[in-house]
Amino acid sequence: MFSLVAFIPRAVQQGVPLLLGSTGETITEKSGNLNLGIPGVMYVGAISGVIGSFFYEQSAGAAGLNGFLAVFIPLLCSLVGSLLMGLLYCFLTVTLRSNQNVTGLAMTTFGIGFGNFFGGSLIKLAGADVPSISLSATSAYFSKTLPFASSTGWVGKLLFSYGFLAYVSIIIALVAAYVLKKTRVGLQLRAVGEDPATADAAGINVTRYKYVSTCLGCMIAGLGGLYYVMDYACGVWSNDAFGDRGWLAIALVIFTIWRPDIGILSSILFGGLYILYLYLPSGTHTEYKELYKMIPYVVTLVVLVITSMRSKRENQPPKSLGTNYFREER
Amino acid sequence: MENNNVAVSLRGITKDFGKVSANKDVNLDINKGEILALLGENGSGKTTLMNMLAGIYYPDAGKIMINGREVVIRSPRDAFDQGIGMVHQHFKLIDVFDATENIVLGLEGKLNFKEAEEKIRSICDKYGFKIDTGKKIYDMSVSEKQTVEIVKVLYRGADILILDEPTAVLTPQETENLFKVMRNMKKDGKSIVIITHKLNEVSSISDRVVVLRHGEYVGEMKTVETNARKMTDMMVGRSLTLNIDRPEPVDPQSRISIDNLTVVDEEGLKKLDNVSFTANTGEILGIAGISGSGQKELLRAIAGLENIQSGSITYVHADGRKEELVGKSPREISELGVKLSFVPEDRLGMGLVGNMNLADNMMLRSYRLGKSRFFTDKKTPRDLAQKVVDKLAVATPSVDIPVRRLSGGNVQKILVGREIASKPKVLLTAYAVRGLDINSSYQIYDLINQQKKRGAAVIFVGEDLDVLLELCDRILVLCDGKVSGIVDGRAADKYTLGTLMTQKREAC
Amino acid sequence: MTDSKVKEPLYHIVKRDDISAKKAWRIRITAILAALVVCAVVTMVCTGDNPISIFATIFKGAFGTQRKTWITLQYASILLIISLALTPAFKMQFWNIGGEGQVLMGGLASAACMITLDGKLPGAVVIILMIITSVLAGAIWGVIPALFKAKWNTNETLSTLMMNYIATQLVAYFTIVWEVPKGSGKIGIINQNSNTGWLPALGNKYLLSIIVAVLITVGMYIYLKYTKHGYEIAVVGESQNTARYVGISVEKVIIRTMLLSGAICGLAGLLLVGGINHTITTTISDGQGFTGVMVSWLAKFNPIGMIFTSLLIVFMDRGASEISTAFELNQSFADILTGIILFFIIGCEFFIRYRIRSAKKSKKGVA
Repeated sequence: MFSLVAFIPRAVQQGVPLLLGSTGETITEKSGNLNLGIPGVMYVGAISGVIGSFFYEQSAGAAGLNGFLAVFIPLLCSLVGSLLMGLLYCFLTVTLRSNQNVTGLAMTTFGIGFGNFFGGSLIKLAGADVPSISLSATSAYFSKTLPFASSTGWVGKLLFSYGFLAYVSIIIALVAAYVLKKTRVGLQLRAVGEDPATADAAGINVTRYKYVSTCLGCMIAGLGGLYYVMDYACGVWSNDAFGDRGWLAIALVIFTIWRPDIGILSSILFGGLYILYLYLPSGTHTEYKELYKMIPYVVTLVVLVITSMRSKRENQPPKSLGTNYFREER
Repeated sequence: MENNNVAVSLRGITKDFGKVSANKDVNLDINKGEILALLGENGSGKTTLMNMLAGIYYPDAGKIMINGREVVIRSPRDAFDQGIGMVHQHFKLIDVFDATENIVLGLEGKLNFKEAEEKIRSICDKYGFKIDTGKKIYDMSVSEKQTVEIVKVLYRGADILILDEPTAVLTPQETENLFKVMRNMKKDGKSIVIITHKLNEVSSISDRVVVLRHGEYVGEMKTVETNARKMTDMMVGRSLTLNIDRPEPVDPQSRISIDNLTVVDEEGLKKLDNVSFTANTGEILGIAGISGSGQKELLRAIAGLENIQSGSITYVHADGRKEELVGKSPREISELGVKLSFVPEDRLGMGLVGNMNLADNMMLRSYRLGKSRFFTDKKTPRDLAQKVVDKLAVATPSVDIPVRRLSGGNVQKILVGREIASKPKVLLTAYAVRGLDINSSYQIYDLINQQKKRGAAVIFVGEDLDVLLELCDRILVLCDGKVSGIVDGRAADKYTLGTLMTQKREAC
Repeated sequence: MTDSKVKEPLYHIVKRDDISAKKAWRIRITAILAALVVCAVVTMVCTGDNPISIFATIFKGAFGTQRKTWITLQYASILLIISLALTPAFKMQFWNIGGEGQVLMGGLASAACMITLDGKLPGAVVIILMIITSVLAGAIWGVIPALFKAKWNTNETLSTLMMNYIATQLVAYFTIVWEVPKGSGKIGIINQNSNTGWLPALGNKYLLSIIVAVLITVGMYIYLKYTKHGYEIAVVGESQNTARYVGISVEKVIIRTMLLSGAICGLAGLLLVGGINHTITTTISDGQGFTGVMVSWLAKFNPIGMIFTSLLIVFMDRGASEISTAFELNQSFADILTGIILFFIIGCEFFIRYRIRSAKKSKKGVA
């Protein structure tokens, strides 16, 4: 039987990595950088957290974990890992003005490879004596639900049954939406993405905005990877398990017409679509499930085409998206 | 030596772009509370020089002093900090933002639109601007955008304003308003630099005029002590006979006749409204009008590049056969045997491909002939390029370099050379001499006259009324997309044209 | 306190007008060497092996035996074909990153012919149908984003990206429809006994892809440089305004070029399914649609240059696999090394296009 109360929390759990990834990518794209490296960044964010917590669990032992450190160390490692990826992207595209598509794709190749390599070889490299990476102790801290989750019935199940990163992701999306819309920093960031020459002439440091927004975007997206492995996957790393969620996050950016606040519900919707196949009746025809998995991409494509058809100025991608800026170009 | 009245001093400013020297050892002072005209032909380095003051470019050598202190201006922000603000010729506004958002862009502190709007209103009241703060830039007219730009600069408390050819896009009325505002600002103690190449503006608005030529400082004088002749001499380096050759049309026959042509743009605005006229063989028909009155659309419509709402464009062959051009693509038009050449306004963005070499650019018109159905012929265009280079004395090391590396005049020679190589029956030219030095301009006039003598129907869209009056046989005046008059080029005067150009606007 | 702060920019960047091809290549080769050094260091850290034996292992992995050399050449050929397919679109400034999907659709069409027509039609007819349908399927997958672009100016980077995943799911769907045995989730070798639809081996089983790649390389070089289509693509890529002005229908060129681009990708799919793997999976193109973007770009869209860039990437990939096998590391090690090399080559383009001038140097002139 299909139960909405059971379905929605699962959709939310699927949606959180997408929301973090798309919020990160939205912030990045608002500066005019089309970072196709986001899928790679999310892998790096995930594996960096895994590496951090792996060594901490190894040294402290699963029983001796300090709750704060168990969360703090993976979090910090994840942020640093994604930040480095962001810096790399910025250095290549902003400072060295390389093609954004090519750089992004190279980062995705590298990032996914990095994730799978360390995921697959960490134990051997560290010389540890465990059969597989299973960080259930750390994961327990990440997936700890709010205290009143179980006591409040279906309300608690729908609203309070998630790990802290889920709430963080919503807060980040709301803050990002507010900053983009209402603050000077947001105004200036949007200006950089629309028309960097104009922003530059207005005295805005285009390079700094591109660097900061892209790096911040990568760090947020990296958290999506961390959430996936620590909370959703219960601390178990398996190669390629994260799949193509990074690309789905990029699709979500288009779907939400570059608005992180719309992203909150949309990511849950996408998360739902992503697992809808588990719930849709397919009888003996298991192959239909594969077609259901297609839905998010088809929907995104339709949204992309419709927004371009309607060509409403406010709903278009940032005008300079994908192009680099050089002040003295002539 | 130090003069307290000097706001800005430039000393030994030099700037190169690759091998091209844009400014060479320029020394220049801007006084407080004066309007300084920076005069020079296009390409004389006026804008580049001012861009260095505004932080867009960084000089290769030389120093800038503000109020007697040496400063380094690395970015527009540094320029603002020094009280310098520049209104560029191409407006630097974000299309999807409204006026207020654009004005406060780049400032620091908490964002408070209410406060900002009040401040904007007080600036407008003080100097006499009108502005709709909530209007999106993409909905604005050129003059409204310019107002936003100027208010943006004043909002930042700039004491030194640089206006880069501000009147190029304005109607005479709008220009008069702008000058009024400039005088108000001057009264308020601000220094204003106006970059221009229009002598009448220099005399009507400025206190002092500095002349640049080929990137170098040539001299300066008090406006009251000079006259148009003197300034022209300084600008071009020697005195000129302004006579443009105008042979009598021989046996003019109707070649293109346009009836009730109406063109509507993507946003639904009427760009051409019921336009009717005839262009004859062996005749130059001038098109005059304030920029944006529909000149561009008219030429594009004839060339098959516009969506035409109604009306007809009829081409008359020499043997009297008629072809309807409306609804046909440029390719279909040429396949009908209609020999039409078009020298567009945007040379490197439309007429030529900047990154391709001269030979490949010649191929743009002829590649369809080709060696066979599938393959291109590279040799014929190459020979043509060489011929154009030799015949029109194009300064280029070879036909193999990208056309963008040539100077403006040489680029235009390549474009015109290619367009007339096909011996057109109709020649459309848009601002054919814009940005060219005097010599190149005359060369272009000669080429156009040759086509006229050959019997081509020439449609010449121009901006300089003197040129139109000396070159054209008849002049059609456009105003807001309507024909406000067709006059005889030999009999009309500037006053008549000026009135026709603006009459409808006043009526509305 | 009135002292002005005189800040000098430490350096500033000037666009180079022209650089000799020799100098440009020197910069590129330096970058590749630097990348190899970094790769060696990374490998040393991970394996503890010394650099010389690392490079020996890499070389052995790619060209160690005759069979390995053939496989390397075959892989490079497929990558080269995909890169060549994407190139005309890129020259037109149409960012087709949908190679992955177009290859998959080509492969899917081939597999469909092989599975459904086995035993019903003679082998030769099946192969001809495979060629037709795979080329057509790739072309259709390529032309859909092109139609959106031509009609509504839909961002093609994003639309082609979505098309990839739609194709992946289609393949996943048919994988289950055709799975053998039921419930295994994969198709396995198709027509293992009848060999229907297996592309003929020329000489040895690797040669076919290599020959096709050579033919397409030469063809694409001529197409881009000497044909009217190639000229139109260049004009549209440089300036759509100019194209319209001379009567080139930009929409038509976009659609035509993407048909070609997709068709060649479809052909690569055919080779993968009919010639090499004899099966189809969702990962059969193995990210080469994306790698092809980089290969094409690194070679500056020059088909001849792409021979070298695709070889370089495959060489590193195969070499790094060898290292991972030798040291029992994860196969993804190759991606890390490839990534490092790509970053260096991407970054070095900057030094070819721009020159850095230090402030001191330009200051001297003033004194």
